This record gives sequence, structure tokens and C-alpha cells, in this order.
Amino acid sequence: MAHFTLEINHQQHTVDADPEMPLLWALRDLLNLTGTKYGCGIGLCGACTVHIDGAATRSCQTAVATLAGKQIITIEGLGSNGLHRVQEAWIAEQVPQCGYCQPGQIMSAAALLSENPRPNDSDINDAMAGNLCRCATYFRIRNAIHRAAEETYA
Amino acid sequence: MTQWLAIFAVAPLTSAFATPSIAPRRKLTHEHETHLRANEDRWGDFPPHLPYNLCCGRGALVIGLTLRGRFHHPSSEVSKDPFNAWIRIHPDGQIQLVLNKSEMGQGVFTALPMILAEEAEIDFSRITVIQADDADGTGGSGSVAGGYKPLRQAGAQVREVMIAAAARRWAVPTAQCRARNSQIIDTSSGRTLSYAALVKEARRLPLPDAKTVPLKDPKDFSLLGRSVRHLDIPHKVKGAARFGLDVRLPGMVYAVVAQCPYFRGELVSYDAAKAKAIPGVLEVFDIPTDLQSANKNTREVAVVATNTWAAIQGRNALATEWKSGQYHDESTETLTTQLRAALDAPEYWNSTNTELNPDIVPAAKRLEAIYEFPFLAHVTMEPMNITVSLEGGRCEIWSPTQAGEGTRETAAKLLGIDKKNVTVHVTFMGGGFGRRFGAPFDHQAIHIARSVRRPVQLIWTREDDFTHDRYRPAGMHRLRAGIDQEGTLVSWTDRLVDTTIIGQGDPKQAQLFELGGALDQPYPAQHFRISYVPIDSGATRGAWRGVEISFNVFAVESFIDELAHLAGQDPCLYRRRLFENTAAQTRTPRSNFDGALADPKRMIEMLDLTAEKAAWGKPLGVHRGRGISCFFSKTTYLAQVTEVTVKKGNISVDRVVTVVDPGTVINMNGIRAQIEGAILMGLSATLKERITVKDGMIQQQNFNSYDLLRMPDTPHLETHLVEGGRLPGGIGEPPLALIAPSVGNAIFAATGKRLRKLPLQLDEVSS
Repeated sequence: MAHFTLEINHQQHTVDADPEMPLLWALRDLLNLTGTKYGCGIGLCGACTVHIDGAATRSCQTAVATLAGKQIITIEGLGSNGLHRVQEAWIAEQVPQCGYCQPGQIMSAAALLSENPRPNDSDINDAMAGNLCRCATYFRIRNAIHRAAEETYA
Repeated sequence: MTQWLAIFAVAPLTSAFATPSIAPRRKLTHEHETHLRANEDRWGDFPPHLPYNLCCGRGALVIGLTLRGRFHHPSSEVSKDPFNAWIRIHPDGQIQLVLNKSEMGQGVFTALPMILAEEAEIDFSRITVIQADDADGTGGSGSVAGGYKPLRQAGAQVREVMIAAAARRWAVPTAQCRARNSQIIDTSSGRTLSYAALVKEARRLPLPDAKTVPLKDPKDFSLLGRSVRHLDIPHKVKGAARFGLDVRLPGMVYAVVAQCPYFRGELVSYDAAKAKAIPGVLEVFDIPTDLQSANKNTREVAVVATNTWAAIQGRNALATEWKSGQYHDESTETLTTQLRAALDAPEYWNSTNTELNPDIVPAAKRLEAIYEFPFLAHVTMEPMNITVSLEGGRCEIWSPTQAGEGTRETAAKLLGIDKKNVTVHVTFMGGGFGRRFGAPFDHQAIHIARSVRRPVQLIWTREDDFTHDRYRPAGMHRLRAGIDQEGTLVSWTDRLVDTTIIGQGDPKQAQLFELGGALDQPYPAQHFRISYVPIDSGATRGAWRGVEISFNVFAVESFIDELAHLAGQDPCLYRRRLFENTAAQTRTPRSNFDGALADPKRMIEMLDLTAEKAAWGKPLGVHRGRGISCFFSKTTYLAQVTEVTVKKGNISVDRVVTVVDPGTVINMNGIRAQIEGAILMGLSATLKERITVKDGMIQQQNFNSYDLLRMPDTPHLETHLVEGGRLPGGIGEPPLALIAPSVGNAIFAATGKRLRKLPLQLDEVSS
């Protein structure tokens, strides 16, 4: 066990953890930030997606020991003042059903739009292929991403 | 569109009372957890306990009612505790609807209060939905269908008692009073009184009888049928909605269980010391397994730790050894052999309309085909979990469950305490699909909590969930038909063989609901015989969204397509002609388990509308094809046309046009979401999913060996709703059944290749 300082949602947190503990479990079990979800533990479902220095990253595959000096943003900190435009688009398109995978979907979509403000369907397919949704809300997710992109440029 | 009255198997029972002291106290004092309210932002945080007066509705007008599921047996209508929903109108203006239903993304926490608001003339935005504890069971696409009439009747009671109270206060005739927006208006003077101001008076008045209270004319509906945003979505996009895995209690520890990978295998040994050497691991001990589980008669090893990661690492270090049991040689290949043998085995059950053998009556042309379907896993995105706290002879449970009452019974039995000392708080759940009707984890968590004497959260990892699911059955249909020169069905024989859901370990316990969609298939045949042979397997089976329709409709709708081609007719027009024949006949129901048979005239309307919307018959380019399918289930009518491109060995589903007639629409937004989700979950099973067995074990462990539909596989969806009835039908499951046959039929149209084995793969063609 060792102490690690993590900068999460623009705040410093110190955790006492096994260096190999994935960020996912540090967030959920040590820091009570439960918006980031466990889905598979092997980086194949995307439910645990967070932003690390702006890039969509699977927190279940990222050990706490590797995060010194990195900026971590979770779903709880995505909207700096209220809701992020992706979250607003998600509400407008009424995307979530059970909602469990949606924090991960939203984090992936927000990272896509920050890199590519006007993605086409093929860009969306590439960026979102790693996020599973068993309620299969993909059709509305695609529409919501287009909406968020358009509203920025409207 | 024709007006058509749906027939429900069970008439809803509604009772009501105005005196809160009669209200069943157990339900009212325990409920808390999940509060949903339009325009309210504090919902993600659970208050640990609501103030007593709010729970019990002191001073409020309380109306109890009973929401029916679809398959409730009539004998369950009269029970000690008949109410499972309550409306509470408080003197401070709060209006609450307490629901004994689970919200798993299907939108019932929005659709059900809409029905109440409409009939009671309550401003929808003022209703708070409260999840009652110990929910009875949510599934079978029955929440809206079973809740529609009771909620309308109870809403009408609210409206009428408020009118009576206002009329009394003003000393005017009730006919002069109108209800609107949670207010009563005196139409002669224009003065108003709010419902809140009338609560005290209303409580003293007799409630009108629910069975005879006048209901609104649907023509006057202003809310039902509109598109209303789901109340839970703002919380879900912020990561604030609390699911079962998000429950955090003071002093809580985390547990995982090492479970036997073999069906009915046994624990040989484990090394507790190795697990305890992992930092954070607190305790390691073995527990008995649930007798209901696939691994009964052995023990399992619990690893308890300060965090989930440590618990998983501890389990990895256990060096557990298991030995296989009676199903040690079961594999997908041995099951396939057994299923094939069952195609010619003596019938377990049959239904026929003829003394002749349909397979040898004279016919112009004959066809036989075998369709195959695999085990499927539910794969809810939130893996199984449950949180238990034992304190002072009481047991408190937080569970994402479709059936809290079952968990409550398990806990009371294992702990040897009265059920009244067990509370199950139903949390949000990351998917249900039939998976969350209780399972061995309830049993495991109680044992662990009893040992550790601290609140404990049990987590099944994704690997646990994949290897210890209750799988959708695997099986086969052998269909045989004879047609005359015009293509009319002279004979229809369908033999279903499957690893039955109910007859685990004893196929003779199999039940006939597994024939739904095959037994009541809508095409008339002069001579038919439908038969069933269940077989055993070591893999535990359960209800997977749609239960039996996901495999039966695939076989029926694909085979009808084959017959259309055999008759040299267009598959859409062929179905239409068969329905025209049915329309001319009086049909005898072969079964009444779903309460109604398809009306052929409405099937024709569905086909015509779908063909028009999808431009059926308009040529597509090379490598492309269209497929059609139609279906009737749970009083909902559906038809679908799918377009595919098959190129370089790859199947791409491009466009899916679906027409659904659910009778009547409650929330247009919610119903569309359910249809879209069901189609795509069905597409996932059509193209990708398959659980296989080897050496008496499930082979798939995680998404690297069992993939689901992903964004790049998602076609363009066009969904059209029509309302041809007066009562809402089921919607969560029926749309799932259309996609496998519509895709398979489209692949045939594109390639001439008939795929009869799920998941559909170009290189794997069944006989």
C-alpha cells in the first residue's frame, strides 16, 4: 500500500492504495465517486470511461500509480457549470434507458467532440465502438452526438 | 384504423379506501430510496429514512390500488395485502404515487404517473414517484398493460372525491364543478379550490366505487399519447442515479465469491492464507451454495475485503480447486446430439386439430427445415450485486432486483426471522431483461453478512455473471408444411425441442409457455400438429427478454418466408393472402395462455403499412435485400422490413422499418425507446451472441469471447406507431422477436442463402 495524490475534477485527493489498484476502484470504493461504473474489468465495455488529460480512458485499465500530475475528469466533474453540452443533448434526445453505461458513453462522446467538433457517422462509429449498451440505445446516442455538435455551431 | 378491444386474461382488481389508518403499514413505513419528481434535482441521493409522517401519509388522502402484472393467476387477486400501489395527496400540495414496480430503464416510473395524472386531472409535474420496498415482480411487458385500468380507476376516484368535496364546501351541485390541473373550478362563478385545500374534506367523504366510477373519454385525453421526458434521465446523465453497486453504507465491506465453474461440481480445496496475504483482504471462509443454483451440494469461498479490487485480487490468489460433477461431459456438441434425437422422440405434449398425420395428408408441395438457437446470456451492464446489513434482529437489503419480495423471503428463511423484520430497498438497476428475478447471490450475501457482522456488498464480477447466468434456453424447431397449388397451408407441423426453463434437472416439469409464438402462430393450416420435447442440461436456464418468443418467432417467420418462395410468391403478399384466408374462417384458439389470438385483419393492416413505409418491392442494388416479418404478442401487433447488404462475407444491416400497434400509447417517447432498444437487443442476438458449453462448463467469461451489438453495427431505425385499440399492450418484449427473421429473410433475398441457425453466420448453415 502507498499514498497517491490524484487530481480529480480539479481537486486533489489522496488515497492509500495498492499501486496496481485501477483508478476505477479508487474512484468508486475509496473516494465514493460512484458515477464511473464497473462493467467488465478488462477494458472492453467502456462503462468506466473517464478523461485523463482530456483523453477518453478506461479507468479499469489505469493503475493509480501511473496518474501523478495527470488531470482526471469523471462524469461528476464533466459539466464545469451545470451540464456539459453532451449531457444536455443526452436529455434532449432522451438517450438513457437503464442508464448504467451512460456515464461512460457520455465521457467517450465528450472526448470525441473535443477532438472532432463535427463528427460524421463513421467518426462516431470509431469513437463509440468501445462503449457497450445492453439496452441498445445506440441509435439515440448517435443522434445526441450529432445534436451536441450542431448546437455548438448553431 | 379499426377499433378493437384487447382481451386480458385477468380483469384488474381495484380497491380503494380513504382512511389512511387502514393502509397496510408494512409497505408504507419501509418505502424510501427512489424518489422521482419532475423538475426536482435531488434524487440521486437517497435519504436514509423519510420522516414518519411523509411515509405514512398522515393527514393525506390515501388511495390504495392493485397494479396487475400480465400473468397473475386469478387466485392471487385476494391476498392479505391486496394493495401494491398508493396515491397520496397531502394537505401541503404534495402528490405521491408509491409504486411496487422496478424501474430498469423501461420507463414505468414516467408512464404510470402519466396515467394517474390524466385521469385524476393532476398537474403531471407535481407528482412524485416513490419506489415501494419489496417489489413483487416486474417483467413480462406487463406494467403498463396491467396498471392502465387500475390507475385510471383510482385517478377517477381522486377526481370525483375532490369534486364532491368542493361541491360540499361551496354548497353547489357536483355537476357544476370541473377538475383541472389539481384544482376544482366552480363553472358558475369561476372560483377555484386546490386539491391540497380539499384533502381534509375529501378524507371524510366516501370514495366512489372503483368499478363504477366514470372514466374520461379517451378523446378528452390531453397527456396520454404525448411524448413525455423520462423523469430519471437527468439523474442518469449526471452519474447521480444510484444503482445497486453504488450503495455505500457506513462500515461497509466488499465481497466476492469463488464459484464452481462446473455444473454441479464440487469444491476440493483452497488456500485462505494466500488470499489473506493480499492487502485489504479481511476474511476468507466457505459458505454453502444455494440449492436452487447450478452448483448445488457444494461449497463456495467468500473473500471479504475493504474494497472490491482487493476482494477480486484475494479471490485470484485463492488457488481454488474444483472437480466436475454429473454433467462433466456436457458440451454444445452433446446437447446438439440430444436435441436432434429429441426431434424424433415421443412427444411430451402436443396440440392438434386433426386425427390424420399432417405430414402425409395430400399436398402439392412439401417443405421441411430445422432451425437452431443457442443459449444466451443476459449481460446486464451492471453485474449482479446485493448489499446486506444485519442489525438487532433486522435485515436490511439494497438490491437492484425485479422481484424484491423473493429476496425478502430468502433472507427471512435463511436467517430464521419473520419477514416483517426484512426490508428490501429496490434500487435502480443497470438492466433487467429477466436476469434480476433473484438468484444465488441473495443466498450468498446473507451467509456472508451473517459471518462478517458488518454491512456487506456482494459483487459478481463480469466473469461470474457470464459463467453463472440463467441462460436463455438452447433448442431447435423442426418445421414441416404442405401447401396446395395456391400456396395455402394444407399442413403445419412444428416440433420444438429445448432445454426447458422450468424443468431444471427434471424436464417433465416443463411448461407450455415456452411454445408462445409457435403454438399461437397466426397462420391457418387445415391440419396442424405442434409438439414439444424438453431436454435437460447442467446449465441453469431462465427468462431472457421475450422469454420464448425470441426463438420461436425466428423459426415460424423464417419458415413462412421459405414457404412463400416455395409457392413462388412475394413474401409480403404471401403472408397477406394467408391472413385473408384466416379472416374468412372462424378460428378456434389453440391456447389461451396469452389471452388473445391475432386478428388477421389487423395483421394485414400492419403488413400493408410496413410495406408502404419501407417501399417494399422497390428494387435495391446488388448484394442487397429486404426481409419482412410480422408478429402478435401481448395484444401488440408488429411488422417489420429490414434491409441488408451482404458483401465479402459480411452481413450489414442497413435499415429497419418497424410498425407497431400497441393498442394505445401512453408515453410516445418511452414506447419508442422500448421498441428501438428491443429491436437492437434482438439484432445483437441475431448476429453475435452465443453461449457454448465444454466439459460441463460455460466457455464464455467476458466480452472478449461474447460480444454484443456495438455502435458500428447499429442500423438506421424507422419506427411508426399506430393506435388501433383502446387498451395498451405489452411493449418491452414483443419488438425483439421480429428482427432475427426479418434479417434472415433479407439475407435470403440478397444471396439466396437460407440461414437457419442463430446467430446468423454466412458460413454456418443448418439443414
